[in-house]
Amino acid sequence: MTTQTALTYLDQERLPFPFCPGCSHGRVLHQLDAALARLALDPRQIVLVTDIGCVGLSDRYFTTNAFHGLHGRSITYATGLKLARPDLRVVVLMGDGGAGIGGNHLLHAARRNIGLTVVVFNNFNFGMTGGQHSPTTPAGARTPTTFAGQVEQPLDLCATAVANGAGFVARALFNDPSLADLLEAALQHPGFALVDVWELCVRYARSNRETRDKLPTELLRSGAYPSGILAQNERPEYTEAYGEVRRAARPPAPLQGVEPLFQVHLDRPVRCLVAGSAGARVRSSATILALGGVLSGLWATQRDEYPVTVAAGHSISQVILSPEEVLHTGFDRPDWAVVLTPEGLGKVRHLLRRMDRSCTLYLAEGLGSVETGARVIRLDLQGGPKPLPPHEQTLAALAAAVDHSGLYPLEALREAVRRQGSFVEPNLALVEVGLALPRRAVNEWANE
Amino acid sequence: MKAFLDGSEAIVRGALDAGCTFFAGYPITPASEILVGMLQALPAVGGTGIQAEDEIAALGFCIGAAMAGARAMTATSGPGMSLYSENLGLAIMGEVPLVIVDCQRMGPATGGATTVAQGDVQFLRWGTSGGYPLIVLSPASVADCYTLTMRAFALAERFRTPVILATDKEMVSTRATVDLASLTPEPVPPPPRLPPEEPFRLFDPGAPEEVVPLAPFGGPHVVRFTTSSHDPLGYLSQNPRDVGALNSHLAAKIEAHRADLEFGLADLQEGAEVLFVSYGTTARAVWEAVAQARSRGKRASALTLQTLWPVPEGLIRRALAGVRRAVVAELNLGQYRREVERLAPGLEVVGAHRVDGELLSPEELLEKGGLL
Repeated sequence: MTTQTALTYLDQERLPFPFCPGCSHGRVLHQLDAALARLALDPRQIVLVTDIGCVGLSDRYFTTNAFHGLHGRSITYATGLKLARPDLRVVVLMGDGGAGIGGNHLLHAARRNIGLTVVVFNNFNFGMTGGQHSPTTPAGARTPTTFAGQVEQPLDLCATAVANGAGFVARALFNDPSLADLLEAALQHPGFALVDVWELCVRYARSNRETRDKLPTELLRSGAYPSGILAQNERPEYTEAYGEVRRAARPPAPLQGVEPLFQVHLDRPVRCLVAGSAGARVRSSATILALGGVLSGLWATQRDEYPVTVAAGHSISQVILSPEEVLHTGFDRPDWAVVLTPEGLGKVRHLLRRMDRSCTLYLAEGLGSVETGARVIRLDLQGGPKPLPPHEQTLAALAAAVDHSGLYPLEALREAVRRQGSFVEPNLALVEVGLALPRRAVNEWANE
Repeated sequence: MKAFLDGSEAIVRGALDAGCTFFAGYPITPASEILVGMLQALPAVGGTGIQAEDEIAALGFCIGAAMAGARAMTATSGPGMSLYSENLGLAIMGEVPLVIVDCQRMGPATGGATTVAQGDVQFLRWGTSGGYPLIVLSPASVADCYTLTMRAFALAERFRTPVILATDKEMVSTRATVDLASLTPEPVPPPPRLPPEEPFRLFDPGAPEEVVPLAPFGGPHVVRFTTSSHDPLGYLSQNPRDVGALNSHLAAKIEAHRADLEFGLADLQEGAEVLFVSYGTTARAVWEAVAQARSRGKRASALTLQTLWPVPEGLIRRALAGVRRAVVAELNLGQYRREVERLAPGLEVVGAHRVDGELLSPEELLEKGGLL
């Protein structure tokens, strides 16, 4: 039909393209327009995404949607558009420079198999900024930044995309008679599609006669860089695959309020310190300690300190239980402390030194002496019915300390274990183990 | 009824209740809990959450999604904010509504991943080329984390701008008992959209302080978006008239509405000679210090800033009236103090700061205030 063959997305009022005389970008863009026209889409269903480089000037000559962004980042904007609106046909036009600086996005888009069509206008140099070498400049080529000949190996865009699982990968010369067919096949492919179109920058060719002949026809002819469709697979496209994620997802449960079940009277805040080792469930046990306070009608905060290593080094939690809302969540003098391991002790010695007779320190047997004015109660973590592995010691010791100090009712601690919700049965058993741990008063005022 | 929550959970809840439909991020301590929370929750409500290959891509994804009509958010910390810089500029230039959570940690560079700081405060304002304004909010409580996240979405859409929620390691990771009644939802109005019958345009040169409603990709208009200087229709332009109109608009749309952006908590006491100015986690030490001073019969006032940028000048000036000394408390070497100083000619403005990863204590603040 005549209406179909006449369809174009080029804005005739704005043409011609602004490229250098003899540049092939315009020729490739006409082929792209022909390929797009075969899809006969509403122009509002097509987004051309470009970035910096000569080809980035092209979107304004199209009547489709256009998105022009930062150098090498076009694939990221295109990915966001496609994720939010999988029904849109998102086409990225970028140069070899953009493909280089945005190389990370290119290989992850290929790996992800997100349904974008990426056309690289690959003319082996930075045409816009003066012909400097690009990541695809062949070895030996002379440019202003490789005056002695390029000593680096070029980036093979197609091989990279293929190796990372792109759904459709093709390479062609700008004057390939089947270019529009290749571009159409890429546009029709549901997954990630890359078309690496080789061109010769006219500016570059003019000033580099000695290497011009190698570029790019010689390279293709040598067989080192195959052309045509290089890969095509039917891996699920990302937004389609994400449907599985949506089906597996569960909405977050509504926020659960904690109704106080017990009543504890405090006339001032109690600052509790729990010091142990990473991997010993210090933070989750401290959360149980704090929740027990909330269940006793108190306000609580829990501030954690730990190194960035997840299961090595110290782990410190500061829990404040208060009759009123806690404002400042840190403290430098604990009223109540449980110290379990050398790593934990090493981090809190300066805090223990500030504790006085009104304070109580529960210290694991076997830890060396500690400079403190507090009442010191030694807890024998290995003295119970069975030896406790490190990840069971924290909660058991906290149970012993809550019991000994009468901080709040033990039943509040047990209920906190249930509310916290993970490892409920083993944790309830640990509370009972903790209550049976041998306790030894160390200093003469410990029994006051 | 009370719940035991940290700021990360409150920010995730706030985003979901704001109708956020898109999140992209990259793991980084201490912002990873927000990433995980959003990636788990969004697909269940029909949204999309994705872990990007790097922070540059994370913000790029959000920008693309926001321009396709999604309500988008990302979260990171200082090193990630550094990588967001170029796309932050793009989001300002392209007038992209989105929310960025910065969970500040100790810098510079990789600094201390698990230690608190408030060292990004000026960086957030000036962290991209050109120097154009954006909005930065800062929560001082878990409840604030919830409410200000919702407000950030509303402001982002009203002003078509990135809005940053400047929080910190302590605020996002410290759990606190929260009265559920204090989690005040601020429902976000439906996103402003360019009516189908109106011609597509990005700004109106005759009304620089007005914002043209967003025409998302995939909607009734053919949409043009560009990060290069452009005319009102989105075509690249170097015409000084277009360029000047665009850049004046980018500043005027926020500057002209500063009065609508002054959020803070003023706890002012009649006759107080000392005013503490603070934000974020540090505000909590200030509140404690002020309570202690008053319990000893001394007078003290506190101003907690929930807006950091644009500087809530009216709020600060009103709080400064009548005091002799202002103590600006922050976990950096005095970044916000200069903003207070220029509003307080003739007053004594002193800084209380720490940059060692520890919190400022109420005692240190009382000493700075001469209230010990």
